[in-house]
Amino acid sequence: MIESLFFYLFASITCLSGLMVISSRNPVHSVLFLILAFFNAAGLFVLLGAEFLAMLLVVVYVGAVAVLFLFVVMMLDINYAELRDGFQRYLPLGLGVGGLLLIEILFVFFNSENMPQTAPVLNEVSNTRALGLVLYTDYIYLFQLAGLILLVAMIGAITLTLRKRENVRRQSISKQNERSREESIEIVSVTSGSGIRSK
Amino acid sequence: MLFTQMTFQAALPEYVLVIVSLGLVLMAAFVGESSNAKKMVRLVALVGYAIAFATIFILPSESQSIYMGLFKVDGLLVYMKALVLLGAFFACFMVNDDWSDGVEKPEYQVLIMLATLGMLLMISANDLISLYMGLELQSLPLYVIAAMNTKSLKSSEAGLKYFLLGALSSGMLLYGASLIYGFTGSTQFDEIASVISQNGASSGVIIGLVFLLSGLAFKISAAPFHMWIPDVYEGSPTPVTALFAIAPKVAAITLLLNVTHVVFADARLEWMQVIIALSVASMLLGAFGAIMQKDLKRMMAYSSIAHMGYALAGLAAGTQQGAAGVMIYMTTYIFMGAGTFAIILMMRRDGVPVQKLSDLSGLSSSHPYWAFGLMIFMFSMAGIPPLAGFFAKWYVFLAAVNAGLIPLAVIGVLTSVVGAFYYLRIIKLMYFEDADSPLDKIAPKENVIILSISLLVTVLFFFIIGSLREWTYFVVQSLPVSGSL
Repeated sequence: MIESLFFYLFASITCLSGLMVISSRNPVHSVLFLILAFFNAAGLFVLLGAEFLAMLLVVVYVGAVAVLFLFVVMMLDINYAELRDGFQRYLPLGLGVGGLLLIEILFVFFNSENMPQTAPVLNEVSNTRALGLVLYTDYIYLFQLAGLILLVAMIGAITLTLRKRENVRRQSISKQNERSREESIEIVSVTSGSGIRSK
Repeated sequence: MLFTQMTFQAALPEYVLVIVSLGLVLMAAFVGESSNAKKMVRLVALVGYAIAFATIFILPSESQSIYMGLFKVDGLLVYMKALVLLGAFFACFMVNDDWSDGVEKPEYQVLIMLATLGMLLMISANDLISLYMGLELQSLPLYVIAAMNTKSLKSSEAGLKYFLLGALSSGMLLYGASLIYGFTGSTQFDEIASVISQNGASSGVIIGLVFLLSGLAFKISAAPFHMWIPDVYEGSPTPVTALFAIAPKVAAITLLLNVTHVVFADARLEWMQVIIALSVASMLLGAFGAIMQKDLKRMMAYSSIAHMGYALAGLAAGTQQGAAGVMIYMTTYIFMGAGTFAIILMMRRDGVPVQKLSDLSGLSSSHPYWAFGLMIFMFSMAGIPPLAGFFAKWYVFLAAVNAGLIPLAVIGVLTSVVGAFYYLRIIKLMYFEDADSPLDKIAPKENVIILSISLLVTVLFFFIIGSLREWTYFVVQSLPVSGSL
């Protein structure tokens, strides 16, 4: 009873926030609704017993992807009026694709007896534990490889973006620390009516 | 257990490359920016490749898989690994410290070493996941080094194009892999092979296979998945192009060979159509596309599309003989590519690199040795006996004919006649036309050494072809496809 209550809660909020993502006027609000949708989808995963997937959704999609979207949306200078211009033009295409998806879902729904069985639920261990049992033992090779790929991504991003440019004033901490009071500050008594010439 | 001596021994070159490249990261951070420091980084990288190459000889030659069946070595794969390491060594050796081209940063060495590691892991892949991981480890550094020259707009364009199309191809490959996993129930190559030999290939598996092959065809730039290669070759810094032209294709074609001849050996008729189509398209496009090119690097890009078409003709045969033909082809391809790019790298006028075909005119009078070398490589690529390229084409077409693919072999021979046109045009430019102003009289010894080695191998290939043929025919016997040696 309480489970189905939560299901309808999460599902309806997911659908509503999905609708808000595409209909809200401000792209920043869209991204925030997207995050809400992700959270509720994670809730649905928890109800299905896939708590690892739920955590992954929150960590990866909310923590990284959506925040990245938010940065992009906030930093880019987007003309909101222009964005809405194509709405009428793309409406038939969007409705077509959406309709196709709807038909597919209905097809699955009405043929649910003929569909292949869902994966067996492992009751002995939780799925986080099951993943942990193999990830660092059987699949250590792939785990290490993933580490190397991330290292490449890091080195690559730094190499491509870090460049030494001329005429850029950078902070030099050692230089700042070396400065003494004598060479930085000069106390002059200014006689009224005449300025001072800086050195 | 996981880390037995066997595990270490079978993956020794990979261990060496991991350790050296991680060491290089630290070294690059601490040695600073002086030219001596850069020389040191490059020297360490070269020593790393040399050690990795040396460890090839103590690898077990019989087939064995380690890391829970994710990683495999056998005679054929070890041979291809040796080729990749040799190619990476050549490419790394040729980069001269005084010529920046944007690749003077120490990170360049780190990235190509990690890319080489990715290539070795790709070759050894024995599971769809390790295949994908190896492929990504190989591709990501290559995307970065294509865009390494941040001052050049063309280099950035090359990097971006390569990245976007590469990501697209990875997507196709993953989609194919997921279908194969879904319909066979395993990602492990041996298990997929046994499922297919028992139940045959279902339509889902075949669709997955087509997607997987398309993704791999992207990596070897076989037509119609070639659109990235002319721009990437032209835009990347020339040392990077040299690397692209030598090493990654060997790894990708080995992976293709592994997937078709081992994993899908029992679905031969299904993948053969795909490979034949790729082969014909690449041979035609490579031959006709190169005719109109005015840029030497672009022309080499089309030439490499054509070469991949010929190598795929050997794969299309689907026999052990065809696999041996591919091995011989890639061997000659490495040396011809290294030699040609050793010359292209040296082409400078007033210290500025030039890469137009017209810059070659009159080369025979100003640089007789370069002109002679380039002439030999062009003759070899055109397939003129008794040079290396002739034997390479001979063995792949022989395999195709023996497998009954006579039309494919005929198209191959005809397109190599068309290809001969643009190879011979270079020779005409060098020997029968006068230069406006000669190229610089520089000859960095590294490039001359590579040029001489490649020249020797290309000219004297008929001495080694006998033993090479025997060795390749011996190692391909482990392939589970029909033999007709």
